[in-house]
Amino acid sequence: MGGKGEKPKLILEDGRRHDGRAFDELRKIKMQVGVLKNANGSAYVEFGKTRVVAAVYGPREPTLRHVVSPYRAVLRCRYHMAPFSTDDRKSPAPSRREIELSKVIRESLEPVVMTELYPRTSIDVFMEVISADGGTRTTSITAASLALADAGIPMKDLVAAVAVGKVDGVLVLDIDQVEDNWGEADMPVAATPALDEITLLQLNGTLTKDEFREGLELALKGIKEIYRMQKETLKSKYLQVEE
Amino acid sequence: MTASEPEQESKPERKLVTPGDLIAEGQYKVLTPYTVIKKNDGYYALVVGLATIDDESKALKLVPLQGPYYPSPEDVVIGIIRSLGITSWEVDIRAPSPAILYATDYLGRPINPARENLSEYLDVGDVIIAKIQVFDRTRDPLLTTRGRGLGKVTKGAVIEISPVKVPRVIGKKGSMQSVLEGETGCKVIVGRNGRLVINCPSKDLEEIVVLAIRKIEAEAHTTGLTDRIKEFIITEKVRRGLISGR
Repeated sequence: MGGKGEKPKLILEDGRRHDGRAFDELRKIKMQVGVLKNANGSAYVEFGKTRVVAAVYGPREPTLRHVVSPYRAVLRCRYHMAPFSTDDRKSPAPSRREIELSKVIRESLEPVVMTELYPRTSIDVFMEVISADGGTRTTSITAASLALADAGIPMKDLVAAVAVGKVDGVLVLDIDQVEDNWGEADMPVAATPALDEITLLQLNGTLTKDEFREGLELALKGIKEIYRMQKETLKSKYLQVEE
Repeated sequence: MTASEPEQESKPERKLVTPGDLIAEGQYKVLTPYTVIKKNDGYYALVVGLATIDDESKALKLVPLQGPYYPSPEDVVIGIIRSLGITSWEVDIRAPSPAILYATDYLGRPINPARENLSEYLDVGDVIIAKIQVFDRTRDPLLTTRGRGLGKVTKGAVIEISPVKVPRVIGKKGSMQSVLEGETGCKVIVGRNGRLVINCPSKDLEEIVVLAIRKIEAEAHTTGLTDRIKEFIITEKVRRGLISGR
């Protein structure tokens, strides 16, 4: 935790957050599907200044022969931050953090994708963070799940994700970079609202038992809202054509 | 959000669903496998698509709006030769793995690899119409060209559409395909993998068929499409001066 310079005031006198949001308010969200022509499915998701493009290819012939399974498709995920996505240039080589995030994102999507329908194939998901301002992993999960649905790959439910943080002793929804740097805790959560399952739960920092319960509830509330927007986005692609 | 409601009219309603949506509750016959999953007493959507519930015959179907092609035995597909082996061809059928076509099957006689070269018969880039003979998770799809209408394509144009839109191009009992063929005089061969071979009497008519197929693909999820396509072809023919306007 911590960042450069002086710690800013995270909770203002009027009870609002440093960017004027209420404690349970999401950032401005924008979603779009079918943004890339050459991918089988794609999506663009924006949470405030965090912007992610996700692309899905497959089911296709696996490039790595040794990972093939005769029982199911292998889901391969690549989370990557563009060199220009951060304040200081980020090396384009996959870092330890990116490799780890690719793994946790894959594990958060695996429970919903019907990989057993496509044995001996691979489904590749690429998530490129083009602008990072906190909550990139949750935005990536939201985008990847939209891109998978856009590709027409059967999945039991959509996955939506958001992070809850504790800043200046207050639990807040959808934390941004400043709140992440100076806050006391950061808890990203991914869930499948229709299946009622949590597919990702991480916690960085410390929360009491009660704070954890309250935080999880807050996250699930945010997830429901994001989930509703995901469904609307998928439907709007087809409603445009219908007269 | 999308729980089934009692039907008032005899025509079953269609609704747009996304993964995780509850389509219906109770006991239904699922006409489209792999697009719907049953959990407890509910049927849930697995894909973005149009769900139709028929309460009279207790059947439901979910037609996906986007999706990959996954081979299944007996499918007639249009393939493009990708590479040559000693006794077989590797064929691209837009599936996750390439399909195999044996020379003995194609030629109908044994082949002597020492004397014959397979490129004499089918070369890279050649188009074939074939049927999938065997396919399961233990092997790559095996093609056969034995049968009526199967074999090498020697003339015409190949166009590609999304594989899930193939049933729409064929239409109910072939209605859309007969409109396409009847109005233009072209021959349209539809492969399950979303490739089509069209043979037309003239360049103008070929263009009209391609435009009509693109229109079907874009508007596949709307109703009354067959009539609109028929009208579209007539308008295009008038515009190009192939027939006189009314």
